[in-house]
Amino acid sequence: MEADFVILSLTPILIGCFAAMACALPGNFLMLRRQAMLGDAISHVVLPGIVVAFLFTGSASTWAMMLGAGAAAMVSVLLIEGIRRLAGVEPGAAMGVTFTTMFALGVLLLEGSGAGAVHLDVEHALYGNLESLIWLDATGWESLVDPVALAGLPPELGRMAAVFALIAIAGFIFWRPLELATFDEGFARALGLPVQAISLGLVAAAAMACVAAFTAVGSILTIAMLICPPAAARLLTDRLPLQVALSLGLALLSAVGGYVLAGYGPMWFGLPNSLSAAGMIATLSGLCLALAAAFGPHRRAA
Amino acid sequence: MSGPPRPDALSLRGLSVHYGVLPVLEQVEAHFAPGRMTAIIGPNGAGKSTLLKAALGLVPVAAGEVRFFGQPLAAARARIAYVPQRASVDWDFPVRAVDVVQMGLYRSLGLLGRRTAAHRAKAMECLERVGMQDYALRQIGALSGGQQQRVFLARALAQGAELFLLDEPFAGVDAATESAIVSVLQGLRDGGATVVAVHHDLSTVPAYFDRVLLLNRTAIAEGPVATAFTREALGRTYGGTLPMDPELAAQ
Repeated sequence: MEADFVILSLTPILIGCFAAMACALPGNFLMLRRQAMLGDAISHVVLPGIVVAFLFTGSASTWAMMLGAGAAAMVSVLLIEGIRRLAGVEPGAAMGVTFTTMFALGVLLLEGSGAGAVHLDVEHALYGNLESLIWLDATGWESLVDPVALAGLPPELGRMAAVFALIAIAGFIFWRPLELATFDEGFARALGLPVQAISLGLVAAAAMACVAAFTAVGSILTIAMLICPPAAARLLTDRLPLQVALSLGLALLSAVGGYVLAGYGPMWFGLPNSLSAAGMIATLSGLCLALAAAFGPHRRAA
Repeated sequence: MSGPPRPDALSLRGLSVHYGVLPVLEQVEAHFAPGRMTAIIGPNGAGKSTLLKAALGLVPVAAGEVRFFGQPLAAARARIAYVPQRASVDWDFPVRAVDVVQMGLYRSLGLLGRRTAAHRAKAMECLERVGMQDYALRQIGALSGGQQQRVFLARALAQGAELFLLDEPFAGVDAATESAIVSVLQGLRDGGATVVAVHHDLSTVPAYFDRVLLLNRTAIAEGPVATAFTREALGRTYGGTLPMDPELAAQ
């Protein structure tokens, strides 16, 4: 049983945790900047980028996917700006049009290209593949100190942990400028802060988290993790450092709780099949938000 | 008195600003003497806020030269404090009054400098100077408009600047806040600092300020209140719609 847990559940849970936390960090600031939709857009446009990268390179390597997704994110930012200016519609509508179209394009490319037969498919894109990221080389907890077994860890784990670490370190270093530029842009600019570069850096961090998380956990979970934990945390506190810390805690709670509930919950109720882990994690994070909205001490007077 | 004269805290030469093709400011000449308190007045749309923003590089300048203490902006940033219009701030932001004031310490902290007890004490002292020490731990959006404005003035005080640029500091504040802010600003001036404020209420100009800049897309008049704040100059600034009791101009 213990060996089963290490082989089948440990790595998916860890990957889910890192993905959730990597998304929640930039999500805090996107939410405060009222740019939550931008995260939504990024996580959708990643799909066509990955498919095109796959078609060009014929491989599902990390770098090809990152580049493809990055390029798609840039194209979509240009499209959003272009639609907004040319058609004169509000930014939210421009984003909505762009990301649904790009995502749909991604689905068509996926189905029409044969890429689906090889490695990618629509289901995979929507709710990821968390359960398949198992650690076959493990034999039990002792494998954690066994170099041979460690070499067989799913590559997604290292990638997701590295992305989380990178975003966390950048967030720590640029905390003050980010806080200042988000709260009072005019004042930040008068101090001489490069507010444009700060916005761009934030979007880049969100895009990085989305791309890394997308390949592991799918777009539904990515969107949920960007916004739900920070939004719930905002309702629990009036201090930014605490909000970010709480959002990380809620992200962890959703990731661990969601995975366990999806994997073992049906069994407890005598049902035969397990549920989608990504779906359960996203549902749980939405539930956290609903609870915070109902009972949080810092709800805004509506 | 000896020594060379101090350079103007802020001087604008031929400053022009356009929004698109619309000229907002044209060839503005203005000089803000050090150690004085100047009101920028003029009708709505005269470009008063834009003047401050252009000087600070917050909106693009089409033409002209801006000098702070005889230097370009980049060399003088540490000597300037800016209090934006209240409306420009995100009130839902999870930040307390004392945290807002500590943002004024950004330049002395840098990226990774640790906040110490001394920084907190400094922030509390600045809150006390504006009478807001009892509200230090309130979320900024939970304060009244006047209280918020005082917190933002405290943040400017924490910057330890020599020139204070304030955009409508009295807009939407209560009478108690207005008199608190005025006395803090006059205290700054008496300590040698320069104060420039966009101001709306013509009736309080003589009581609050030393100097005025009358602005309507370009500088109409500039100088001490006694000589520049005249009916004739106001008439030229506001056109036919002078929003003022004529008796006040006689003061």
